[in-house]
Amino acid sequence: MIEGILVEGLIYGILALGVFITFRILDFPDLTVDGSFPLGAAVMVKCLLTGIPLWISFIIVFICGGIAGSITAIIHNKLKVPSLLASILTMLMLYSINMRILKAPFVSLNKISTLLTKFSTLITPVTTDRAVSYLLIFILIVTVLIIILNNFFHTDLGLALGALGDNEQMIISQGMNPEHLKIIGLALSNGLVAIAGSFIAQYQKFSDINMGIGVVIIGLASVMIGELVVKSNKIIFLLSRVILGAIIYRGILFLSRPLLIYPTDHKLFTGILIIIILAVTALKKKGSSNG
Amino acid sequence: MVKLKNINKIFNINTINENHVLKNINLEVNKGDFITIIGSNGAGKSTLFNAISGNQPLTSGEIFLNSNNITFVKEHLRSKYIGRIFQNPLLGTAGKMTLEDNMIITRSKGFKKLKISLNNKIRNEFKEKLKILDMDLENRLKDNVGQFSGGQRQALTLLMMVLSNPELVLLDEHTAALDPRNAQKVLDLTAKFIDEYSLTAMMITHNMEHAIKYGNRLLMMDKGEIILDISGQEKSNLTVEELIQKFHDIRSENFINDETLLS
Ligand SMILES: Nc1ncnc2c1ncn2[C@@H]1O[C@H](COP(=O)(O)OP(=O)(O)O)[C@@H](O)[C@H]1O
Ligand SMILES: [Mg+2]
Repeated sequence: MIEGILVEGLIYGILALGVFITFRILDFPDLTVDGSFPLGAAVMVKCLLTGIPLWISFIIVFICGGIAGSITAIIHNKLKVPSLLASILTMLMLYSINMRILKAPFVSLNKISTLLTKFSTLITPVTTDRAVSYLLIFILIVTVLIIILNNFFHTDLGLALGALGDNEQMIISQGMNPEHLKIIGLALSNGLVAIAGSFIAQYQKFSDINMGIGVVIIGLASVMIGELVVKSNKIIFLLSRVILGAIIYRGILFLSRPLLIYPTDHKLFTGILIIIILAVTALKKKGSSNG
Repeated sequence: MVKLKNINKIFNINTINENHVLKNINLEVNKGDFITIIGSNGAGKSTLFNAISGNQPLTSGEIFLNSNNITFVKEHLRSKYIGRIFQNPLLGTAGKMTLEDNMIITRSKGFKKLKISLNNKIRNEFKEKLKILDMDLENRLKDNVGQFSGGQRQALTLLMMVLSNPELVLLDEHTAALDPRNAQKVLDLTAKFIDEYSLTAMMITHNMEHAIKYGNRLLMMDKGEIILDISGQEKSNLTVEELIQKFHDIRSENFINDETLLS
């Protein structure tokens, strides 16, 4: 239960932070996520199996995700195609690339030392419960990420990214190239998503070529649930509520397990959940404009 | 200071929808000019501004700024020295962000750095500047700009643009979407800033009285051409009736029927 809801909620929360940056801050609906998430997993597995030190592996994962996002941004910028098409193209190409990295549809990390196994060993004096140790490390990681992102979005560059999603003409009028900002934003977003993918691989102890299918929707559902429960115009709350949304999403999924008979049922479930959230949001809007 | 040489803009070239919107325009804007521009809907006024600001490429012709050829310079690079305000007050500011965040973005032009500039010293600077507007915005730094009225947003855009020291200011019916009281307020501020900061400006308006009252030079555009260019004493003595008569003489069409110009 701790693992299923809190730990997975926190890991998918990192993914949802990436989705939040593109869908909400940049107003750039980006489906690259479905490719950059398994990319992060594949690259991490490859690095660990090759014996590359952990911290370098994480940097490589982030950079690979960043490159994937940049490619989507460049396709969109240079060919003037809509964000959805540009990102579907990258997502499609990443499927083949992920396969080339893994060289098999399924690669196990069994008996390989990961950040999670290392941390669990490290804190055995405190707790021997694996779930608790996982929970601790992900609380730590997510807190640090939120602090970093909160600071980033308070820098002049971060504010410019916010303005870009709000009003692109303003960015141009202020002498900035929106194309460059989009590359930065998408790189950051997909870098985070790849990091999330690499954590899932370490958590599940395997990487699977198909693990990315539909994750963008999981991220989006988390973002939307967060928006439903917390209202604010402060970036720190906007970031935190994404995590909260991701945990609630896991909770809902966990509680509805009796309904989900096939392992693939959760996709139908997530779709219906999003439709319900959209309907509730629309109703709320209607209510507030009437009242 | 700004020179347009044989500018042509043709939309949908070589199709049945071909539309020759700017026809061989030649214009020299002198430093310190405050030019008002009038002309019926579809005359090509906004297209002229799009050409100068780099928002749309020319079909042919050249644009010079201080004898630099900027014909192929991208819009975001031109905006470092050309300030532009649109009719839509929402285009100048980011509504989902706070006033202070907006002002950080407009505080300096060009690419933004990875550092946090906003602090109390800067906030006080912002407050001092906002007091000039006399709209009580200095007490609303933490409010989202989306909560402000169109007039407040346009005044804000104007202030931030002026403070960036533009070499040329383009105002495209920037008061047309405001209610009369706010429109007058923004127009007064415009005239005040242009005068105090000795700006070079071009202002499109559909109000002939304003076109006559403000500025030192008046252009009239029709069907993609500048058909009238009056300045100095001749302009200050002008009346609305004379302006209509002049159009009539040039185009031998009945100007009075053109309701858009008289509105
Ligand atoms: N992006 C565009 N694509 C095609 N035609 C355009 C475009 N922008 C303007 N036009 C056409 O150019 C003509 C002049 O428009 P515009 O410059 O906006 O006129 P004004 O500002 O003087 O009212 C109009 O016929 C308009 O339909
Ligand atoms: Mg116009």
